This record gives sequence, C-alpha cells and structure tokens, in this order.
Amino acid sequence: MADLNYVAPTTAEAAVKALLAGGGMARVLAGGTDLLVQMRSGRLTPETIVDVKAVAGAQGIRQEAGGFVIGAATSGAVIGEHAALSMAWPGLVEATNLIGSTQVQGRASLAGNLCNASPAADSVPAMIAARAICVVVGPNGTREVAVEAICVGPGKTSLAAGEFILEFRLPARPARSGDAYLRSIPRTEMDIAVVGCGVNLTLDTDGTCAEAHVALGAVAPTALLVEAAGAALVGRKLDQEALDRLDAAARAACRPIDDKRGTVEYRTRIAGVLARRAVAIAWQRAGA
Amino acid sequence: MSDLPEKSLFRVVGTRPIRPDGVDKVTGKAAFGADIHLPGMVIGKILRSPHPHARIVSIDTRKARALPGVKALVTADDFPDLPDVDFEAGEGAATLRDIAHNVMARGKVLYDGHAVAAVAAISPWICDEALALIEVKYEVLPHVIEVEAAMAADAPILNENQVTQGLGAKPDTPSNIAKRTVLNRGDLEAGFAEADMIVEGRYRTQPVHQGYIEPHACAASMSADGQGEVWSSSQGQFVIRALCAKLMGAEMADIKVTPAEIGGGFGGKTTVYLEPVALALSKQCGAPVKMTMTRDEVFRATGPTSGGVIEVKLGAKKDGTLVAAQVELKYQAGAFPGSPVGAACMTALACYDIPNFLITGWDVITNTPKVAAYRAPGAPAAAFGVESAMDELAERLGIDPIVLREKNGVRDGVKASYGPTFKDIGFQETLAAAKAHPHYSAPLAPGVGRGVAAGFWFNIGGESTAAVHITEDGSAVVVSGNPDIGGSRASMAMMAAEVLGLAVEKVRPIVGDTASIGYSMLTGGSRTTFATGMAVTQAAEKVVAELKVRAARTWDVAEDNVAWRDGEAICLDPAKDNKPLSLAALAGHTGKTGGPISAEVSLNAQGAGPGFGVHICDVEVDGETGNVTVLRYTAVQDVGRAIHPAYVEGQLQGGAVQGIGWALNEEYVFGDDGRMQNSGFLDYRMPVASDLPMIDTVLVEVPNPRHPFGAKGVGEVPIVPPLAAVANAVRAATGIRMMELPISPPKMRAALDAVAQAAE
Repeated sequence: MADLNYVAPTTAEAAVKALLAGGGMARVLAGGTDLLVQMRSGRLTPETIVDVKAVAGAQGIRQEAGGFVIGAATSGAVIGEHAALSMAWPGLVEATNLIGSTQVQGRASLAGNLCNASPAADSVPAMIAARAICVVVGPNGTREVAVEAICVGPGKTSLAAGEFILEFRLPARPARSGDAYLRSIPRTEMDIAVVGCGVNLTLDTDGTCAEAHVALGAVAPTALLVEAAGAALVGRKLDQEALDRLDAAARAACRPIDDKRGTVEYRTRIAGVLARRAVAIAWQRAGA
Repeated sequence: MSDLPEKSLFRVVGTRPIRPDGVDKVTGKAAFGADIHLPGMVIGKILRSPHPHARIVSIDTRKARALPGVKALVTADDFPDLPDVDFEAGEGAATLRDIAHNVMARGKVLYDGHAVAAVAAISPWICDEALALIEVKYEVLPHVIEVEAAMAADAPILNENQVTQGLGAKPDTPSNIAKRTVLNRGDLEAGFAEADMIVEGRYRTQPVHQGYIEPHACAASMSADGQGEVWSSSQGQFVIRALCAKLMGAEMADIKVTPAEIGGGFGGKTTVYLEPVALALSKQCGAPVKMTMTRDEVFRATGPTSGGVIEVKLGAKKDGTLVAAQVELKYQAGAFPGSPVGAACMTALACYDIPNFLITGWDVITNTPKVAAYRAPGAPAAAFGVESAMDELAERLGIDPIVLREKNGVRDGVKASYGPTFKDIGFQETLAAAKAHPHYSAPLAPGVGRGVAAGFWFNIGGESTAAVHITEDGSAVVVSGNPDIGGSRASMAMMAAEVLGLAVEKVRPIVGDTASIGYSMLTGGSRTTFATGMAVTQAAEKVVAELKVRAARTWDVAEDNVAWRDGEAICLDPAKDNKPLSLAALAGHTGKTGGPISAEVSLNAQGAGPGFGVHICDVEVDGETGNVTVLRYTAVQDVGRAIHPAYVEGQLQGGAVQGIGWALNEEYVFGDDGRMQNSGFLDYRMPVASDLPMIDTVLVEVPNPRHPFGAKGVGEVPIVPPLAAVANAVRAATGIRMMELPISPPKMRAALDAVAQAAE
C-alpha cells in the first residue's frame, strides 16, 4: 500500500507550500465528503492530503461591507444555521443544504462542492446566480475569481498548482432582492440533481425586474450562467411572455448528455420548467 | 370445521411485545456478517470480470502469489467441477454445477462482475494490489442483455450445451431459452369467442435488486483435518452448510455454520457467493478468512430478480365474468437458468376463476447476474401485467375494479389455476375489506388518481426443527434453525409462551447453529411462522405434557388428573388437596422427578395457507417534471391470524414500499458495453423515507386451521400488488397506461408529451 501523507496547516501560506510539495499527487481536503468516497472507490489515489479546515479564515461566516464572507470549508450545517445569511440568501442556503444527507451536512463545504467539479453540484448554480466571488490563495498570492470560472469540465478546475479556495464573498444585497434554487430528482432527498437551477433577482420599486441572474446545473459539462435567461426577465413583470422567454432561453443554453440519470430531451425540458419555478419563488421572496 | 381456539382465549398470541432482538439492533450491539472477527484472521477479496461475456484464455497468478502479505489465491481450479444436478433450496432452483460456476467462473465469464479469482492477504490493501497483479486473458464475446434479444435465433449463445426443455421434441440446436413452461385449462379459442370484451397488453419490467442494507459478508475457517466453520449472514445456515460442503467436496457434518444477525435478505441471501471461496482460501493458508462485499459487488454479482416481458390478453362477458385469459411471460434468468418464471406462471391468474386459459413461461439466460429469489419470486411482474389488464377491463366495462375482482375472485372450493383446490382462503374477505375501507371512498383532489390491484402468493411449509428447554429457574429457551429476518424470534417466543403459560419475557428465543439444532429449511417462502412455529408449538406441548407427568409424580396422582393452566399444574383429583405447582416450582426439582425437561420436534409442515392482498394507491403526477408522488397507500391482506400484529403490519408496509420502488424508480441500467451503470444506492434509486406516506394496513384474519394458532405466511404477498396499483393510479391520474416499469420521471414526461402531441 502506498504511503499517504496528511497535513493540517494553520496558515494559507503553509497550505500552499504543502500543496506544491505534493506536486500533482496532493489533494485538498475540506469536508472530505467527495474526496474520501473517491479514494475508497479507487478513483483517486492521492499521496498527500492537505486538510484546510484549520487554515485561518477557512471556516466561519462574517458580514463585511454589506455582504457576507463564507469560509470555504464551512460546513453545510453551519451555513444552514446562520440566521442572517439564511435571511439574505435563502436560495443559496437551501441549495447548500441539499448536498448529501444530514450526516454529510456536518462536513460538506461550498469549496468542496465546487472543486469536486461535478456539473450536478447543488450549491454551484446558486452561487453563480448570487454572483459569488472565490478568494483563491496560491503561490503568487491572492486572486479573486467568479465561481463560474472555477470549473472547466467534469472533475477539472482552473486552479493552478498550489492554489486553493480560502473563502467566498457574496455581494451586498439591494432591497427587493430574492434568490431560489430548485433541482429535479426522481426522489425527494439523498439524490443527485438531474437538472439544477439557481435564480437571483432584484425588483424595481414598480415591481418590474431590475436585475436577474439564472444559472443551470447538470445540463452541460460545467454549471452555466445563462445570461439570456436573466435578460429575458429584466425590465419585465412576472407575466406569461417573460416566463416563456425565460423557459426558451434556459432550454437553448443546455448541452446535456444522455445518461443513467436522464435523457438530453428530458434535461432540456426540465431546465425550462425549473427556471420558471425558481424565478417564481425568487420573485415572491424579492417582493416580500 | 376449525377447532382452533377462539382468539379471545389467547394471552400472548395477538399482542405486541417488544422484540427480543430489538435492543441489540438499535444500540448497534447485534453482530452482523461483517462484525465477525477471529484470531489470526486474514482478508479475502474477489477479482471480477469487467466483461459481460468472454472466454477465459488464461489466468496468470504468479505475480500476485509472490506479493508479500498474500496468503492464498484460488481460481475455479481449486474447486471440484460438479455435476449438472438440481439443488433444491426452497425458493429458486439451480444445478450444483451452475451454483459452483456462479461462485467462481470456469472457462467463461457470463456477466460483468462474475468472479474469476480470489486472494487472501493480511490487509485489504494488499488484497487490492494482488488482484491488480492477476493477469487474466479474455477473448471477449458478443453479449446479450434483453430477454427477447436473447431468445432471437441469431443471439450470442451463452451455453453451447443448453437446449430448450419443455418443447416436446428435444431441439438439436443450442438456445438461450432454458425452458418453456405451459399451464392451461379449457378451450382458449372457444373462451375468447364467448367474450364481449377483450383487452390486450404488452408489459415490460427491468431487473431489480432486493436491496438489503447489509452487503454479503462471512468468515470461514478450514482446519487441516478438513473440518470447516463458517459464520455468515444468510437466510438459512443449513443451505449454506449444504452448498459449502458440496462445493468443497466435504461431508456436511464436517462443516458447521453459525448464522450471524441478518441485515435484510428478501430472498437474496438463500444461496452462496462468498462462503465457499472463504473456505477454499482458508484451506490453502490455514488462517480464518473474512470476506465482505462492497455495494458495487452486491449489485453486480448477487441478486437481482428478473426483468421481463409480460403479454396479457383477457376476455370477459359484459357483466365482467372472465371467460378466457392468455398470458405469456419471458423472464431473464441471468447467466444461468432458474428465473422465477415457473412461479410467475403459477401465480399469474391465481386470484381468478377462469374457465379457459393458457399461460406460457420462458426461462431465458442472459449476460446479467444470475437471479436470486426476491420476495414472492416471479409474481410481482406477472401481476403487473394481469392486474393492469384487469384495470383496463374494469374501465372499459364500466365496472368498479374491486367489484370486477369480487366477481371473478377465487373462493373456497375453486380449483386454482396452478392445480390444487383452494381451502380456507380469504380473498373475498380481503376484497370486501378494501372496498369498505375509508380510503377507497375518500374524495379525490383534482389531478389525483386512485388505483387498486390484487396479489397472490402460495406460502409454504416444509421441514423444520425446534427445541424448547426449561431452565432450572422456570424460564424457557426456544431454539430454532431459522435466521430471523422478519421478527420470527418474537413470534416463536410468543407461541411457546402461549402454550407454556409463561410471560413472553420469560422465553428466550435463540437461532441455533447447524450443530446445535436439527435441520430446518431456510427462512423463505413465508414459511417460518407457519412451519417452524408449528415445531415450536409442538415442542412446547411436549414440555407441558412432561410437566404434567412431573406434577403427577410429585402429587402421586394419575397423569390425567393433572391439568396445565396459566403456567401451573392443577391437581384435578378430588381426593387430594394439592396447591397448584408453578412451572418454576417444577423446574427447580427436576433432579428428583426424572431429570431435565426439554423437547425437540422435527416435522415437515403441510397445509400452509395461501395469501391474498389488495392494495389501494393514490398518486399525483407532476405534469411538467413527470415525477409521480404516492399520496396515500393502503395494504389489505388476509394474514390468517397475526401472531405479532405489529410485525405483520411491518411486513405489509415493507412489501408495499419495495413494490412502489420497483414501480417508480428502481432498475438495472446497462450500457452498450453490457456493464451495469448504476451499481450504487445513489443511482439505483430505492425509495427514501421522505418519498412515501405512512403505509396504512388492514389485517384480515381468516385463520388457517392447519396451524395451531391459525397463522398464514405474510411476508411475500404484499410485494405482489404494488406495481400495478401504482400504474393503475397513474392511469387514473393522467389517462395514460404506463406499460413499462419503472415509471421514472423521464419516462412519465415522455408519455405525457406523446399524448399532448397526439392531441395537437
């Protein structure tokens, strides 16, 4: 059996150093709910595991400049129990809490859900719709990257050697804003999204849509920010024409595959359905 | 005719005490198959075929054997090649040769996951390394998965020596069709000619797995003198003993099998996969060997039950009277013959009295794991077809679906479609209870549909042994040879307590190993409460007779002057003034009255009562996503008499849930490469608790007079109706008859779209 090195650095610099030292065979461990499963199944055989949970700033939620900063390794359970975050971003929190089971929620993190780079990750469309920013730490210091720029394909990220995500920043929330996330699964829980849809919008005082962001999961190699779907809503009220345009824009963005979880045709249709339903929830939240 | 005591006279039977195995199970203390740990134990693992069909050209094990830490390595060469003779194991048939070849491939691999070699090493990681060092050269062959493709004349042939049985003349060309089964009665053509209404349909189901939570696990130790011991989780320690002995070429008396606690079986733990391999590895290295499967292995190499095609044609008069029926069943057997199509043929029309019918069954081998028994093997898929057709008939004739079933439903004195004449059955009572249930008449919200379906299962008796031992303080130990998969320890203790007149807490039920109690058939066929319960009752009655003898001796009265009431000997001799003698008092003096008091009874129980169920299901269909939600579900069943009603209700609920899973989302998905694509619980979608409403149950009690307390088997019937009950409810909700299972959201949405398009 190959040796396995485990390190749990307390500073970002030390974590970067450990990742670089491990070369291509080092993996970041946050909650481990994907990593350990992949190691056990033999799909991954890392030589070094860098546990980032003890790195300063990697856990916890704080309010800053009107927005929120969420430590990248903060567990789903902690996120779900944060009252102010749940009030401001209910869709993002709900999406995060859909990952796995109650037990998995005790460990699963946003960074893990993102960097596992599954197109079906539940929190990712919600974060993209929220216009969340990743704070990436690496050998050349710190950089800020939009969430949708992290995944480049199934199982692949744009992070360079030695880089990891330290925290996520959520922008300040204007008045009359709401978000929502819905996923389609054949069951009611303990499942993986056949399609996922995150929506984040802000209304004008007259009740028309001022800004809208729609993101889809599991319909392409990576989660997609569907700008045309957001644009279908801006300047409009929640009427049938807007919903039809939204539905069409969501479907047009899909590039799914046929697999054991769903067909191309099914996924494409459901993308439109979920977009309409998620917009209805986000709209209601924004107006409330 | 029944001389059964009135139910009101029972003190214990019919009550709901806490199960004797419950505390250890909820605290995690119970030892399941994987909890066995033996001194000096090593770990065994299996190398499995990545191909669905291939010839094994060579297996080079040299590098693996040379790896430090590897203790043993076996292939088919390490097992005797066995003859092609049938081995009967209760539920499910196979030949010894096929069982052996399924445990370890010989010459050919026949499905993705088929075992080709096994290693034992000092750690699981060294096992993995060793497996990777075994070099197997395969000549990959074309494969076939679907049943009708396997039946086609140009199909790849799995077994060149197999010709179809049951065709009359023996064919001279090999075929994947192992056997044809035919059941018929009357004149089919004349029957259909009489019909005012004929419905026809072609239904399909996919293979589904039993889905027990506990993966197969065992430990085994083989001594240098050829004596072996096995600890394993199974539905029958005796069938494990028999198969281990046969596959190892040993005497049965030289193999001792201790049953571990079992984490679900549902029929799937009635044969061997790991045990003979662990014994062979242990024989080679001398150390005990432990083996546990991963979930991936469980899906790819054990279970499932058949997928198939079910064609049904029913003919009826205007008033609903069935006059003719034709049913054709094509079942996937997996890599070796023995699909449950025979039982499917026998159960398909068993609920109804039809003068003219023809049932044809085809047992077809395919490049998929060999099927194992699964709760009412064969019946659910057949009932899916027949009960969907009954629903169609009811709708077209404008007759209430329960009334249609009452009109044609079997009753005492009717000759069953599979041969015998029904006696003491409760189908009509069950239908009446379903019709009268508030669920059946509850108003339906818009968009909600209601379906009903019926189901039948034989239930069996068979050979059982049980012993009752009275302890020195007057409590009792009940030993049986049947693993407890459904609360049987509780019912054994209750039946013994009833006879002995003891509180049930004073009776400790034990599941014995193969050396501690006489032979019992496995726990399956819904036989244990009936057959082993009969043995327990008779053993307890023998003990009571002996207690009366001891009291008579103590009092110096004639034996017939002693009665046994409420756990005490009562002196009936008017000339004597003896106070009653309690069981404890008698137990404390056995040394002076004739020695220890215990009794063992071995019997072959006859007269099991067939079971019938009727299920009512309400569903709502999301017209956009195709998701089907079960809103309300009621399972009504004739259970004979419920010994422990809570566990009987649990059986009805569990069966219904498994059937709902089968109807809605469960299926084996194979890629074009013939490999299973969803060999885990994430993508093999069994229902989760939040998917379902509480399953309501109604226990209809039409007692079986051939059991001391009136019990009938209950565990299998409840998985038979749900497939059609759900599909019939979907039909009511959407107007669409779903003829292929599972009714998964993509399939449902496609069906809705097809209807919408046709309407445009």
